Amino acid sequence: MRLATEIGMALAAAVVTAAATVVGMAWLEPATTPVLPHTVVAVAPGEVHYRPAGDYTVAGRPAAAPLRTVRRDRPLVIMTRQVTRAEYAACVSASACPAIAGAGAGATPDRPMVGVSFRDAVAYAEWMTRTTGVVHRLPTDDEWVFAAAEKADTEAGPLIAVDDPIRAWLARYEAESSRAVVDPAPQPVGAFGANSRGLVDMAGNVWEWTTTCFERSALKPSGEAQPLTTNCGVRVVQGQHRSYMTDFIRDPKAGGCAAGLPPANLGIRLVVETDGGDGGFGLRLLDRMARGVQGLLFDGS
Amino acid sequence: MTRRSVLMGAAIAALLVAVPALAAEPDLPRKSIELVAPPFVHPHEQATKEGPKIVQFKMTISEKEVVIDDAGTKFQSMTYNGSMPGPMMVVHEGDYVELTLVNPATNTMPHNIDFHAATGALGGGALTNVNPGEQVVLRWKATRSGVFVYHCAPQGMIPWHVVSGMSGTVMVLPRDGLKDRDGKPLRYDRIYYVGEHDLYVPRDQDGKYKSYPSLAESYSDTLEVMRKLTPTHVVFNGRVGALTGKNALTAKVGETVLIVHSQANRDTRPHLIGGHGDHVWETGKFANPPEKNLETWFVRGGSAAAALYTFLQPGVYAYVNHNLIEAAELGATAHVKVDGEWSDDLMKQVSPPGPIVPGKVGAIETGTVAK
Repeated sequence: MRLATEIGMALAAAVVTAAATVVGMAWLEPATTPVLPHTVVAVAPGEVHYRPAGDYTVAGRPAAAPLRTVRRDRPLVIMTRQVTRAEYAACVSASACPAIAGAGAGATPDRPMVGVSFRDAVAYAEWMTRTTGVVHRLPTDDEWVFAAAEKADTEAGPLIAVDDPIRAWLARYEAESSRAVVDPAPQPVGAFGANSRGLVDMAGNVWEWTTTCFERSALKPSGEAQPLTTNCGVRVVQGQHRSYMTDFIRDPKAGGCAAGLPPANLGIRLVVETDGGDGGFGLRLLDRMARGVQGLLFDGS
Repeated sequence: MTRRSVLMGAAIAALLVAVPALAAEPDLPRKSIELVAPPFVHPHEQATKEGPKIVQFKMTISEKEVVIDDAGTKFQSMTYNGSMPGPMMVVHEGDYVELTLVNPATNTMPHNIDFHAATGALGGGALTNVNPGEQVVLRWKATRSGVFVYHCAPQGMIPWHVVSGMSGTVMVLPRDGLKDRDGKPLRYDRIYYVGEHDLYVPRDQDGKYKSYPSLAESYSDTLEVMRKLTPTHVVFNGRVGALTGKNALTAKVGETVLIVHSQANRDTRPHLIGGHGDHVWETGKFANPPEKNLETWFVRGGSAAAALYTFLQPGVYAYVNHNLIEAAELGATAHVKVDGEWSDDLMKQVSPPGPIVPGKVGAIETGTVAK
């Protein structure tokens, strides 16, 4: 299910880019100005129609996830691009993130960081919060879908039907088999283009961790979902298609009995908390973005 | 190693081969067969009422760069007829195999062929050394039934040629066809041919796979990796995913499939996840009674095995090397998509995954008593 296009049209996406240096920013508004090493986009409030993550059953048989409308009444501030290798390396240097050798090794520092687990991504967000004073965290699945707009694909392929589960299983295998193989080599930032919100590389070759846990729910005849079990050892990752990933996995793989294509890479894109719980930095940030103040943020890469 | 020294080595080896005593030309009908690429096998009779024949095949050797995984890893391969494994040749016991082996001038290496099914002269290896720009014709009599490996075996470089792709399979069927342990005839509706290769790709300092502009330049690094006996890839039919997804094998419920599995270099252990081997010739030789109802069968390095199975349930089956690390991490996985009617009698999900219900066992409510 994709976002209704009119929603995307109605949203004003403000992109703040910077011309100023760190020194310049300190001069501009000392002590109170949040300094971020990345550009962010404020996606204006709006609605998102989507099928939530997780497995659903009706009367004990597999069923499609219900269509939901989620109303966002505050802007979503989210990184324009994914965290780069250089940015992650700075966290490693500060002994706040684990050093990772593996996927993406050998890629230049300006490329997106790949090969990170959920735990690594959370460590990075916490470090970013400490160093900037602005609360950073991973998005939830619905925030990601909202930000991704037309790039979101919340269908997990044909569902296993009630009457002929095996034929549906084969159909799902066919659908997964027809997905194009994605070259996993990290590409320059922006290589996969921008979406209608001004976010670059959504649904490119790097899937992004979300905080949403795997959930199994029963759908009542009223359409109401009753959660049965929740497993936060498995989180939703988002990209070209939604996937579920154990939180310590850095390099997803298919093989053996598994069919279909796993995410090509796992990476990070953070949201900035704007609920005011951080001493108001996030709110102030929004306010300045709304007034079009330039130089508030800078892109350190 | 320069190409010149390689060619000289081959020339010296050829001089050492004694000229064999020539038998009279067998006065038999001839039949020419066009080979097809695996996992398929050229059309053939499972049992034949006709007398022995001379069956003519032709294979052209091709050295080429191929991609062996989804990450795009490039590999300098050597192949019979362009495929890994080389195509399967099917004849009947008592037939003669007459192979024309062509080594085009576009290649850089001398090659030959050693048929495990043939008798004498290193399986034909000593009589089939061909330099680039040459061809050779070898005839041998198929005196033993079974599935047998063939592979390249050039002087001084045997393992390298084999782990670069140069192996395949010959199937010599009994003239009256396959039989079960009790001598009852067995037939198959489909035959699939899986050739497993262990590959040894060198890496650079960063751990990334290296590619080479030519076979010769890949040789010394590759040999170093080979000597550690730890393959970087274990693949069915030439690359990770060659038999999955869009390339998955297909069958229908009720169909009987013969799966021939060859490995010219290293032991392996095929297993059909969700199915079985109804009749398995684990050592691949049809004069021995097949074993029944196997879960996994062992294929000795340098041999081929044959397993016959009738599919009873629809769905997706994984056919793997049941060293699951090699299956899932290194690539040794195939899938079979099977269409048909599900049997609840053979299997049923009694209640789907859900919260743990204390005191409840199976589908029976606590407190009820089964009559």
